[in-house]
Amino acid sequence: MLALFYIFIAVAIGVSVWQITRILNLRSVIANDNDNNTQGKLFLVFMAGLYAMMIYCLIFMNVIMLPESASFEGEHDDNLFNITFILIGVVQFIMQFLIFYFPYKYRGKKENKALFFADSHKLEAIWTITPAVVLVVLIGYGLWQWNNIMDLSDAEDPIVIEVYAKQFQWEARYAGEDNTLGRGNVNFIKGINTMGVDMGDLNAHDDKKVTEIHLQKGRKVIFKFRSQDVLHSAYMPHFRAQMNCVPGMVTQFGFTPKFTTEEMRQQSEVVEKTLGINKIRQEKGEDLYEFDYILLCNKICGASHYGMQMKIVVEEKEAYEKWISEQPTLAEVIK
Amino acid sequence: MSEHHHKETFVTKYMFSQDHKMISKQFLITGIFMGIIGVFMSMLFRLQLAWPEKSFTIIEAFLGTHQTDGVMNPDIYLALVTIHGTIMVFFVLTAGLSGTFSNLLIPLQIGARDMASGFLNMISYWLFFISSVIMVISLFVEAGPASAGWTIYPPLSALPQAIPGSGLGMTLWLVSMAIFIASSLIGSLNYIVTIFNLRTKGMKMTRLPLTMWAFFITAVIGVVSFPVLLSAALLLIMDRSFGTSFFLSDIFISGEVLHYQGGSPVLFEHLFWFLGHPEVYIVLLPALGITSEIIATNSRKPIFGYRAMIGSIIAIAFLSTIVWGHHMFISGMNPFLGSVFTFTTLLIAIPSAVKAFNYITTLWKGNLQLNPAMLFSIGLVSTFVTGGLTGLVLGDSALDINVHDTYFVVAHFHLVMGVSAILGMFAGVYHWFPKMYGKMMNKTMGYWHFWLTMIAAYGVFFPMHFIGLAGLPRRYYTNTNFPMFDDVADINVVITIFAIIGGLSQLIFLANFFISIFRGQKTVQNPWRSNTLEWTTPIEHIHGNWPGRIPEVHRWPYDYSKVDANGDYIHGEDFVLQTTPLKDGEDPS
Repeated sequence: MLALFYIFIAVAIGVSVWQITRILNLRSVIANDNDNNTQGKLFLVFMAGLYAMMIYCLIFMNVIMLPESASFEGEHDDNLFNITFILIGVVQFIMQFLIFYFPYKYRGKKENKALFFADSHKLEAIWTITPAVVLVVLIGYGLWQWNNIMDLSDAEDPIVIEVYAKQFQWEARYAGEDNTLGRGNVNFIKGINTMGVDMGDLNAHDDKKVTEIHLQKGRKVIFKFRSQDVLHSAYMPHFRAQMNCVPGMVTQFGFTPKFTTEEMRQQSEVVEKTLGINKIRQEKGEDLYEFDYILLCNKICGASHYGMQMKIVVEEKEAYEKWISEQPTLAEVIK
Repeated sequence: MSEHHHKETFVTKYMFSQDHKMISKQFLITGIFMGIIGVFMSMLFRLQLAWPEKSFTIIEAFLGTHQTDGVMNPDIYLALVTIHGTIMVFFVLTAGLSGTFSNLLIPLQIGARDMASGFLNMISYWLFFISSVIMVISLFVEAGPASAGWTIYPPLSALPQAIPGSGLGMTLWLVSMAIFIASSLIGSLNYIVTIFNLRTKGMKMTRLPLTMWAFFITAVIGVVSFPVLLSAALLLIMDRSFGTSFFLSDIFISGEVLHYQGGSPVLFEHLFWFLGHPEVYIVLLPALGITSEIIATNSRKPIFGYRAMIGSIIAIAFLSTIVWGHHMFISGMNPFLGSVFTFTTLLIAIPSAVKAFNYITTLWKGNLQLNPAMLFSIGLVSTFVTGGLTGLVLGDSALDINVHDTYFVVAHFHLVMGVSAILGMFAGVYHWFPKMYGKMMNKTMGYWHFWLTMIAAYGVFFPMHFIGLAGLPRRYYTNTNFPMFDDVADINVVITIFAIIGGLSQLIFLANFFISIFRGQKTVQNPWRSNTLEWTTPIEHIHGNWPGRIPEVHRWPYDYSKVDANGDYIHGEDFVLQTTPLKDGEDPS
């Protein structure tokens, strides 16, 4: 019934537009000098509006953005991002000025003549070579950093954690005393062995399954990702870390936490963002928010994709070691 | 022309026409119809994103069993996002844009009587039509249409247990796309053959308008990359229906282990993006070609750096086929491959920059006729730059890690290929409407349409970058599960309001378009005083395009405002048709 109603409204709008066009001068079809003048000026107005919006966003949306990287590896990401962002910002402001100023400046007039200017190898060389040179710098830094992040071969005494994704939750397993994860495969999933760990593998016995991830400040962590069903993506935005979880294969990512959760909560950007969030939450009468590191799913994985998350805690050595020693081993849990 | 004159019935003239001009109209109208569906879907899910728990009668009315009290269900949200992407990318911006203008302009601008094969051309349209119908039918499947994202990554797209849309909805999606690809391939081959073989006397490759170069190269990319998507789709069909394991392995779902062994979803990602990335340029290059033509005509100036423009089209096309991996930096593929793809990806910035600078230089010291088509072309350059620049962030593997699949990406690709291409398409419609229908579109409505569209485009997609930088993942039904995203809620409301403005302002276009077909002002033969061959044909469409002989071409298409030593126009006007012979002593530019 409602659909019919909407169709009726659409028809009514259509008819009224039809009627309006009878009044409009349909003969006015090609821009004359008046139009050129008006539209040229509108380009200036639009440019002013666009600049105002860009500046507004750059200033006032800073507070919603992610705080400084909470991993040592991510520092260079932030650096490279800032360099890139300043660069594209400058180029954007200049280019948009030219794009919108020229239509105003050179708006057509009957008495004017356009300049016949078909080619200039010098100019073209300039704007081929300049971006090329700038790109060499960006690519160079980017590739160095990429290598830096992805090369996990030289990590000394890392914490090894398996992150296991399934519709619609995360599970995690620590490698235990021997720092080696026991084998896993979906065929071993049974009862409380929800991660499909092969208990026939001796390496698995000291592994520890946990409900939230604890990390030690300053100690490298290597994540091994597996998925039980579909693609998921383990996204840890504060650490500048992300990797897909792919059924049938193990992927990995590593970083070294730089701030404990407590330290991060004191950090000025986080304080400001938290204040903003809590103001909104208070108005809605919801519980106050406290900063926590988080692991969320960032690859469409099904209807409840939007709810998949796991808390991450970063703490000092003592606290971490106390916590991990309190977790039972798989051998104790799975008999 | 008597040999071409045979009796036409309604069916042969309007339905199974083999005339490229009629086929182009069919593509356009079908594309517009699909566009209405695609845009309307985006309105619906924008409502959900702005007001997650609010009930809307419009949602209640249109989503049927997929909503509860006017609030859409999470799985239909994903379906809407998926079908919106599919329709806009393939049905509107590939078939609607390329199909329309390649068909209309290729024979007219190169001086041919029709496409190399009118019959195949007709087949191409009807396959497109069938695939559109199947895609629309899939919307009414009980479990919902395909919901695995327009990239349909398996296993999600392969397993109905994983998401309801991966049942019959996904099957129809795959069938529809397979037919679509066939249509696209037939069309592309036809375009390539036509441009190679049917150019009129004097129409050297270096005298082709840039639209022709863009359509030609687009067709080449399509022929190179679409078959790979077809094979991916076929293998996925095999996995889904015949129990093979190309993309699936080690899966435990709904309490049981599935039999799949040894396949890899990453393989699918490679195959998909081998088309998926070039697809961006299949969408964009025709828009850039259209823009080149319109900016030159309305600036009354030659396009700056004609040869560099051709070079950059070819460079972009070549590079576009070797960068697909930048969609997969964090897919689990070898990091070394990531390095290679970062390198090739960032190289694309160079030819793109050349194009942008050349457009701006073309405007410089022009005598700009600010017709609606010109405004849309200038708008395209603006959004192309804004969207393109953030590509420097996303193409850099190290930076991509943290913005991958966030709203930063959504903002980036919508501006650089979505908005830009659609602006190019509008520009083309406003510019060549007189050629298609013999009528003119109303310019006042065109102006309103342009400015509202521009305001909406920037209002929607500029703030979206910052939500992405806040770390907000795309394809989330709602952000309310994450208190850390509470502060983006207001921005989402603003974005939705702009999106609604943008969506509604397209009604102005629709009104202008359909009213002008019937009531528009009659056009003159060459309304924009343009140089290219299509404006030498009669206003009334005839089979074979030109009565009598096909004109001969004597010059390149951009002799606008060409003056002699005294500063007077050499040929008395600020434009010179390509068919005008060189005067004694005239420099062939």
